[in-house]
Amino acid sequence: MLKWGTPVIKSELIQKIAAGNPHLFHRDVERIVNVIFDEIIAALARGDRVELRGFGAFTVKHRAPRIGRNPRTGAAVPVDEKFVPFFKTGKELRERLNADA
Amino acid sequence: MGGKTLTRADLAEAVVEQIGLPRNESQELVELVLAEISNALADGEQVKLSSFGSFGIRAKGQRIGRNPKTGQEVPITPRRVLVFRPSNIMKGRINAGLSRRKAAE
Repeated sequence: MLKWGTPVIKSELIQKIAAGNPHLFHRDVERIVNVIFDEIIAALARGDRVELRGFGAFTVKHRAPRIGRNPRTGAAVPVDEKFVPFFKTGKELRERLNADA
Repeated sequence: MGGKTLTRADLAEAVVEQIGLPRNESQELVELVLAEISNALADGEQVKLSSFGSFGIRAKGQRIGRNPKTGQEVPITPRRVLVFRPSNIMKGRINAGLSRRKAAE
């Protein structure tokens, strides 16, 4: 049912897109793909969210500072506040993943 | 926080500005990138994008859920869910950016 083969990596994604767009230099496709992902990170880093209909939405969740504990010693350790990127799968993609179920 | 919402059009605009490609072609490329990722995931493959993060599929078995309104038990059918794991680079840039913003407030 599920094939856990080797993952698809960025260079393969670039390769595929380059093959379908012979008028673009491979190097340019690489830059384009990097610009897209870089822009998503940049948006999140300035407090924006990125919503890609049908694919999903990237948002950032805030985690308040808290007192954590070292589970081995029980010592209290302060944990700083942090921001965690979060992805919510879009409806269309979610349905595609379960199309055969 | 900023609170703006970016869409495909904004990503395409970044390609126009930084690569100098025409707008319609930039839009097609953004679409193509998302489609390729979606296709791989729909095939059950994992997608790893260095310096961004990785998308993977998890198979969830059947479990019993509850309608929160009525309290009634309902079976949740087995399904495949998508999980995204951000890279350390992504987490680092977001934390650096947002902590700085907060400090400036």
